[in-house]
Amino acid sequence: MNEKNALLIESAFKEYYFNRFDLIHVPQKATEREFGYQKFNSGMTRHLVIKNDKELHLLLMREVPSDVYCSNAYYSFPNLSMSEKDWKGADLIFDIDAKDLALPCRKDHTIFKCNSCNNHMIEFQSQCSKCGSTKFDIVSVGCMNCISESKKEVTKLVDILTTDLNVKKEQIEVYFSGNEGFHVRVTNADYEQLGSQERADLVDYIMFNGAIPESFGIKRQNNSKTSLPTFEEKGWRGRVARKLFSSKSKAPKVTREIITSGYSAFQVQLEEIKRTMGVRVDPKVTMDIHRIFRLEGSINSKSGLSKIQCINLDSFDPFLEACLLGDDDIDIMADCPIQIRLKNKKFGPFNNEIVSLPKYAAVYMLCKGLGNAT
Amino acid sequence: MLKIGAKDLAKYPFLTEAGEYLRNTGLSLEQLGDPDWQPIVEKAYGRIVVASSGQIYGSDLEALDNDSELLSFLVAIILLKSAGIATLIRRFSLAESRRAEKYLQQDLWISRDKKNLELPLKIIQDLFAVNVSIDNEDFVIKVPDYLQRAVHFHEKEWKLVNRRVANGLVYLSAHETVRLIRAELGEYINGKIQSVNVDSIPQSFRHRVEDLVALAKKFSDTTYVSSEYPPCVKHGIEVLEKGENLPHSGRFLLATYLLSKGQTVDQIAPLFKNAPDYNERTTKYQLAHISGSSGSGTKYQCPSCEKLRSESLCFAIPDCDGIINPVQFGKKRKIQ
Ligand code: SF4
Ligand SMILES: [Zn+2]
Ligand SMILES: [Zn+2]
Repeated sequence: MNEKNALLIESAFKEYYFNRFDLIHVPQKATEREFGYQKFNSGMTRHLVIKNDKELHLLLMREVPSDVYCSNAYYSFPNLSMSEKDWKGADLIFDIDAKDLALPCRKDHTIFKCNSCNNHMIEFQSQCSKCGSTKFDIVSVGCMNCISESKKEVTKLVDILTTDLNVKKEQIEVYFSGNEGFHVRVTNADYEQLGSQERADLVDYIMFNGAIPESFGIKRQNNSKTSLPTFEEKGWRGRVARKLFSSKSKAPKVTREIITSGYSAFQVQLEEIKRTMGVRVDPKVTMDIHRIFRLEGSINSKSGLSKIQCINLDSFDPFLEACLLGDDDIDIMADCPIQIRLKNKKFGPFNNEIVSLPKYAAVYMLCKGLGNAT
Repeated sequence: MLKIGAKDLAKYPFLTEAGEYLRNTGLSLEQLGDPDWQPIVEKAYGRIVVASSGQIYGSDLEALDNDSELLSFLVAIILLKSAGIATLIRRFSLAESRRAEKYLQQDLWISRDKKNLELPLKIIQDLFAVNVSIDNEDFVIKVPDYLQRAVHFHEKEWKLVNRRVANGLVYLSAHETVRLIRAELGEYINGKIQSVNVDSIPQSFRHRVEDLVALAKKFSDTTYVSSEYPPCVKHGIEVLEKGENLPHSGRFLLATYLLSKGQTVDQIAPLFKNAPDYNERTTKYQLAHISGSSGSGTKYQCPSCEKLRSESLCFAIPDCDGIINPVQFGKKRKIQ
């Protein structure tokens, strides 16, 4: 990022970190966690110990990081190297990113930025229309549809966690990631000891990955006395039954149909159920028990929005509630072919023009690479 | 308190209560050296021989009512410790855990209606810190306890998604419950044996100890694990050594990898001995087929890292960076 842009963003971040101490806290068991941060145009600083809110605030004021992270794991010695940290456990974390949902609306808010001439295109083309280059940066700007679809995934996840896995509602924290999705953190002592492979299998459960027909009563041969799961059953068996039968009275008829169609047809149905009912989380995040994960309350430098907890998920509007930077006007050179909406105001489209924008919108453009400081 | 009787100890001679029981009989090691007790020594020796061949020693049910089952187990441990050969101890632990597994399963199954599950559940709880409870016909354990054990199995039916799950609990049959703790049972018995100290043994044991040393020679050429092997291969070997089932794709990896490293079919075959479904003839036949020395004559290549990853058989470590096939492991070093 060019120096001028970095300075503008940094000063906006600093102002936020200075004014909003109330939003920025270390998580529980802070002394056992590893912290890390990044500054614009420089590498990651890791293996830090931050004992309390005060130390965190000091660090934020001193360094003004572009991004701040904290481990989901607890260690005896969080400041030592990976092999010496002595892993003690880790919260279960989930990452739901609209990018992974591949929704049809994405093409309407994705911008292709030519790497060599900075030309912006909305539609995907194999070559830049101005200079013929074939290398692009792909930028996606905020979309309410992406957010509401991601919320549905969060709701499915919370349902499985609470009903199948016996996690209490109070043990689940849902956060807006600060860009295009949600982070979910589960603090439940039963699960914190699980290693990476165990978490991988747990994710498969949540995503409904790897289910075989046998588990639902359909064998390769001889299904005459088969019993499929029933409507009232718990867990995936019940969920599958309710999906297949749609109503209790239809169960006998549908069961007959399933048995006649056979094993591979049922496999296809399971695949379909996985697509529609499995929770689409990023498995790599949950499996990684040494990850440093974006710290709640901190700003995401991909957007200038904050990672904040969603108390009421249904009504949560990230482009209002997580947009927490100042609103004094700043002039920037904006090049944004799509209109964006922040704090219930519309901005753009801008075609390489100098505009005066509230700080939060100006920073958003800069973070997305759709504008430059003047 | 739960009363553990002679019959229980005959089935589960590795329980801590066995020592106490023995003390109460007043029997000493010296006394066991008396010619009168020679049949016990022979029984103990037989128990080890059977185990070393990969078989499970079968007790006749009548014998469960006398002390010879328990005593022969204890004497077997003394013989094994005196011989001091790790391979024998490992094979013995494995076979004994299989034997106990059978009883454990029976005990769980038979006593489930009578709600008289104290002993089998106590064993599972005390030894492995897993809480098993009963819900109607089923045994239930907590999801995390389940995951920590089931991830070592590679068959799809052990994936959590293929289990009945509700309220944080997994539902299992008696057989599955016991299957889940098999490896730990083996390790527990192995640990028990390791912790025993034997200073001097009666003269009458000597002969059989020497026989054990001779017996072990048969296995001494089968040291396969080398630090040079990639993690995926090491993992496969470990799985087999624990007597766990390795899926076909895992066996294929081991066979092709070891063949590519110049090992012969005869050297590789014994590796599969502990597999639950081992059959020497078919194993050799399949290996010969893979090596290209029979059938179509095509020599099969070791599968790629990518393929192994998709089969959950990859356990990559930093040394794996930059390689695309396990056979390259150790050849290319990360350049930095
Ligand atoms: S990266 Fe390749 S060699 Fe390394 S563990 Fe995975 S499959 Fe084996
Ligand atoms: Zn261009
Ligand atoms: Zn969208």
